Amino acid sequence: MKLVTGIIQPHRLDDVKSALEAAGVRGMTVSEASGYGRQKGHTEVYRGAEYTVDLVPKVRIEVLVDDEDSATVTDVIVKAAQTGKIGDGKVWTVTVDDVARVRTGEHGAGAL
Amino acid sequence: MVLATDAFALDSGNTAWMLMSASLVLLMTPGLAFFYGGMVRGKSVLNMMMMSFGAIGLVGLIWVIYGYSATFSGDIGGIIGNPFELFGLAGLTDDDSLMVSTGVPALVAVGYQATFAIITVALISGAIADRVKFGTWMVFAGVWVTLVYIPVAHMVWGGGLLGADGITSALSTPIDFAGGTVVHINAGVAGLALALVIGKRKGFGSEPMRPHNLPFVMLGAALLWFGWFGFNAGSEFGADGVSGRAWLNTLVATGVAMLAWLVTEKFRDGHATSLGAASGVVAGLVAITPAAAAVDTFGAIAIGLVAGVLCALAVGLKYRFGYDDSLDVVGVHLVGGIVGTVLIGFFATDQNSAWYPEGAVNGLFYGGGLTQLGTQVIVALAAVVFSLVVTLVIAYVLKVTMGWRVSEEVEVSGIDLAVHGETAYENIAQGSVIKEVRA
Repeated sequence: MKLVTGIIQPHRLDDVKSALEAAGVRGMTVSEASGYGRQKGHTEVYRGAEYTVDLVPKVRIEVLVDDEDSATVTDVIVKAAQTGKIGDGKVWTVTVDDVARVRTGEHGAGAL
Repeated sequence: MVLATDAFALDSGNTAWMLMSASLVLLMTPGLAFFYGGMVRGKSVLNMMMMSFGAIGLVGLIWVIYGYSATFSGDIGGIIGNPFELFGLAGLTDDDSLMVSTGVPALVAVGYQATFAIITVALISGAIADRVKFGTWMVFAGVWVTLVYIPVAHMVWGGGLLGADGITSALSTPIDFAGGTVVHINAGVAGLALALVIGKRKGFGSEPMRPHNLPFVMLGAALLWFGWFGFNAGSEFGADGVSGRAWLNTLVATGVAMLAWLVTEKFRDGHATSLGAASGVVAGLVAITPAAAAVDTFGAIAIGLVAGVLCALAVGLKYRFGYDDSLDVVGVHLVGGIVGTVLIGFFATDQNSAWYPEGAVNGLFYGGGLTQLGTQVIVALAAVVFSLVVTLVIAYVLKVTMGWRVSEEVEVSGIDLAVHGETAYENIAQGSVIKEVRA
């Protein structure tokens, strides 16, 4: 099993969600995140005083999938989140040892 | 001012407007609490708002006990009135009037004037955000209103040294319709004195201290503007053409100042901001206050324009000179107050329904020469010097006795929790409990 995590632009979330649903993904976790990469932050000006805000808002999207689906899911997220501009985000995949479904107590692939 | 107990004919129209105006001006102080509260960081918004609310309670009390008497009754050396003549308002009945010609009862005038003393004290708190013990602030509020506000108000409005028979009597009578010197120059200078004595916030100039809630700031500016119609149009002590002119100038100058601030920002920083709009509104209100009834529409537009641009530039001075006037009491109230007071020397006019006191003359642009300008500059300077010296002494004495500052630890973790035992928002200062300050 794999955990695919994407950090994306907040305004791409709806498109990414729809694309994942269309690709057959039945569940995901979405949370607000903040950070920066090469994009760096932005400046805000209050009464003439400039503030550099280096952490910018992002959305973190997490999907648990079978090993063979992880490449597809990654591609779907990348395609749907892409605007071509700096700050679009990253998607990565890690191996998951075990998953348990809380309602039934099932373990492993059956809990996905 | 002479206590008159006879020949008083009640004017119910004027009296109704003055009761309304007093209520409008009182609303300005909670409005100021929102204006200031939104501008500080979320961990100190309650303390910021409490400084305004605290002033309402304490200054209102002082005003009825001896404040009104010491401002408007009797005279000691042209500096202050006699605090004991109307102590506790004893001797004032429902049937007394102190300004017989207006037909407004004395008690209504006392209430109206109380709201001015209250907001002047509250204005100062913007200079010392995030870092001051609430107890020291409250003691300061009581001492300052007694030793600075009351004397300045007496000198300007109570027949003292800055009035018709004062230091400028050889030139002309000073014009301060609604409190440019008494309220704004006075509070602005006091803010500067406190910022100098108390010192900077930890991280001033290096750490971000951006406003935590700009809609609060906009709400506060709206309440201030609304209340200010009572401040300026009410200062006529009547419902007539003069109050109408003051009302209109308070609309026009304020709007122009807001636009001027926004244009200045757009050119300098690239954006017209909501904080700039709110600040421009207050700068315009401050500047038109002394001039409200004494200039025509063109004068009001000019005053708004100058105030908007100059105040937008002046708020940057604190970074250059390194004093932490946190919410720009100096940049907005001192600079705006001086702009309005001095520009009267250019724009004062008695044409149409415009008003100024007997003994004043037209401004430079209205054929009066330099006389009124000289008077206005002298009065502004005198108010600056008096307020600066006395406030510095009060601030310094409090510094070595009670102490002003909370500990650095409290300042960083948030003054609300440490001083007031509460936090404004659920997610602020979770899990940190610091109890070392008991104000």
